[in-house]
Amino acid sequence: MVELLRFREDEPVADPALTVDSFSDQSNASAVRLEPGDDARDLLPFLDQLRLVEINFPSFGDGRGYSAARILREAGFDGELRAVGDVLVDQLSYMRRCGFDSFAPEKPFNPAGAQAALSRWPQVYQATGDGRRPIWALRHDAQSNG
Amino acid sequence: MKILTGNDLKSGAVTWWTGYDWSIHVEDAVDVGDEADAIAAREEGARRVNAPCAIDAERDAKGGVRPVHIKDRIRALGPTVRPDLTLKPADPEAGNWVI
Amino acid sequence: MYRYDHYDQAMVDSRVEEFRDQTRRRLEGMLSEDQFKPLRLQNGLYLQLHAYMLRVAIPYGTLSGAQMHALADIAGKYDRGYGHFTTRQNIQYNWIKLDEAPDLLADLARVEMHAIQTSGNCIRNISSDQYAGAIADEIIDPRPYAELLRQWSSFHPEFLALPRKFKIAVIASQTDRAAMKLHDIGIRMVRNDAGEIGAAFYVGGGMGRTPMIAPCIREFVPVDQLITYSEACLRVYNRYGRRDNKYKARIKILVHELGREKYTRQVEEEFAHLLTQGIEPPLAELKRIATFFADPPFETGLADDVDRSDPGFALWLDRNTLPHKQPGYAIAVISLKPVGGIPGDASVEQMHLMADLATRYSFDECRVTHAQNIVLPHVRKADLFAIWQQLEAAGLGAANLDTVEDIIACPGLDYCSLANARSIPVAQKISRRFSDTGKTAELGELKLKISGCINACGHHHAGHIGILGVDRKGTENYQLLLGGSEGDDTSLGKITGPGFDEDGIVDAVERATDVYLARRQEGERFLDTYRRVGIDAFKEAIYG
Repeated sequence: MVELLRFREDEPVADPALTVDSFSDQSNASAVRLEPGDDARDLLPFLDQLRLVEINFPSFGDGRGYSAARILREAGFDGELRAVGDVLVDQLSYMRRCGFDSFAPEKPFNPAGAQAALSRWPQVYQATGDGRRPIWALRHDAQSNG
Repeated sequence: MKILTGNDLKSGAVTWWTGYDWSIHVEDAVDVGDEADAIAAREEGARRVNAPCAIDAERDAKGGVRPVHIKDRIRALGPTVRPDLTLKPADPEAGNWVI
Repeated sequence: MYRYDHYDQAMVDSRVEEFRDQTRRRLEGMLSEDQFKPLRLQNGLYLQLHAYMLRVAIPYGTLSGAQMHALADIAGKYDRGYGHFTTRQNIQYNWIKLDEAPDLLADLARVEMHAIQTSGNCIRNISSDQYAGAIADEIIDPRPYAELLRQWSSFHPEFLALPRKFKIAVIASQTDRAAMKLHDIGIRMVRNDAGEIGAAFYVGGGMGRTPMIAPCIREFVPVDQLITYSEACLRVYNRYGRRDNKYKARIKILVHELGREKYTRQVEEEFAHLLTQGIEPPLAELKRIATFFADPPFETGLADDVDRSDPGFALWLDRNTLPHKQPGYAIAVISLKPVGGIPGDASVEQMHLMADLATRYSFDECRVTHAQNIVLPHVRKADLFAIWQQLEAAGLGAANLDTVEDIIACPGLDYCSLANARSIPVAQKISRRFSDTGKTAELGELKLKISGCINACGHHHAGHIGILGVDRKGTENYQLLLGGSEGDDTSLGKITGPGFDEDGIVDAVERATDVYLARRQEGERFLDTYRRVGIDAFKEAIYG
């Protein structure tokens, strides 16, 4: 079973992730944890020093963390973005699209299930900053090439 | 009396706890007393029922089981506007049992 | 109409396989019901009063003949021989088995259809004007924009766990036939002074227990920023919409609590940021989509004369057809409201017939309306009589569009696990009453809408006459509302007073219509008279 699914080559950050409140008191911390009610934009001044942002999903139905992840990536954050908490295998591909590159689910994933979920979608309809070219781009590439 | 109802996981059919199994006929339902939670947890865990819940019911004049709330009576019979699709398509009085 | 390319087809096919896998995991016990429920809901599968219910998306209400045939085949193969057309231009099947649902979805995918996001806390099927592309008053066909939004909203990774469901409607004429201002986002395509097409955004409308009319938050979003602006609206909602109380979680509450100005400011800030992110499809994509919605090859030089010698046909012609933008053509509406029938239900045979009529007489196209009827959008006037004869023979010839018999009703307590009272029997009794008394014709346009609970799927707030079913100490009780409208002059109905039992509500409706007949002035509809004389005159007649 998979307890930490990671799509990065660098070494994981060993420091524990601080809450946003305690993070703002510590000038040199490199890891922070966002709760659903926290504003991801409060972290934007500190992106250079951050190497890990954990985004907590206390309940899988609370989707605020998806927006938080995209906001951090859109601002250029290139450290580790980790989904923690009630993270289910059926959400993996959507979380990847929003910029998450590691997953520490409360209940470990079945590796085959995680692989199947991640390879589910041949293409995507939206541009989300994850580098995948959306279908509308592919369509018009194809037309201009052919 | 308290009776236990739910839906069959696979078919979705409305079912009633008979004391040892699930039946689609509310007449087969038994009083579960204060055992509802335990039976529901066990049966749901074994995937023999979906969304089980205990409801209030009473015995009618003929000794049959009649859920107290109209919603459960409609569940027990079927849609009142399509008698042909209910469990008692040939019984013209079935609709009155609901109301 | 729009046709899938291999990309669209692959997405829908992948979804079927995903759901097949999820269903297997549920049946094998690897997923709990709590985990499975949001997955099945995002594939349109509910657990309802009697069985699983599947809601199939009909994007902006448009169907080909082959698609309507497929819906009929599904009703026969997986259900009990009928389907129910809904107020969001979709179709629902009431008796689906979980283990057969993946096969059903595969059958749908074969005709470029799906049940994606027809339920759950996500962006739902996009609705539109049922007369799009056929009516003379539109400034442009709204459906290409709806299709662009459909693709953007399908599997949008950021917006699949919203605080609550999210409904979008797109129209493109001054006359609102889609209840646009009663949606989470209502979009009206407009033309600015420079002659350019853009979108006016109305955000925060809705029905339910707290009905609200959406305010306009921006009068002109350029078409090449439509997706970006929508994404900004959604992101602000996803981040700040309430999640502590499901009854306060819709965007209308956020817009109301923040105020229109503050919500708008937040959207504009997010919009300015997102414009830098390159998320907008190119205009070439909109053009590609628009080519699918080009006019069909209309014949020219057709006569507008119709032989009215059959009185039954003449009545249907007057009531159920509308002027078409093309001379010699008409828009024909098939009423799914036979007197005493179940609003919105159609049998396998009726669906097959409607599919055949669409193919033969309407360039292979039909539409579902939010009033639960079916439209043949492009019919030669010369063919109307033949169409009417076939409809009559199939029990589909009711000549009652927009009359008191053309009732919108939710499934109510006969089918729905949320309902508090039955809706359908009330609709049946009302249509019989007015048919029997012969007052239907005299009453003219009268929109009557019935919901079986506060969730308002039957649009009772927006009915000239609205009926809301409630549970009063375990018995069904019906409240009467007057003065609602979903049109250009959107308004919310007011409750007249204490509720009634099933027969009482039918009498109360009749008394309200008698006030109208007694007090109307020349040319007034029921709604006009109500607005002029006020509620008191009606209350007096109803409660005495």
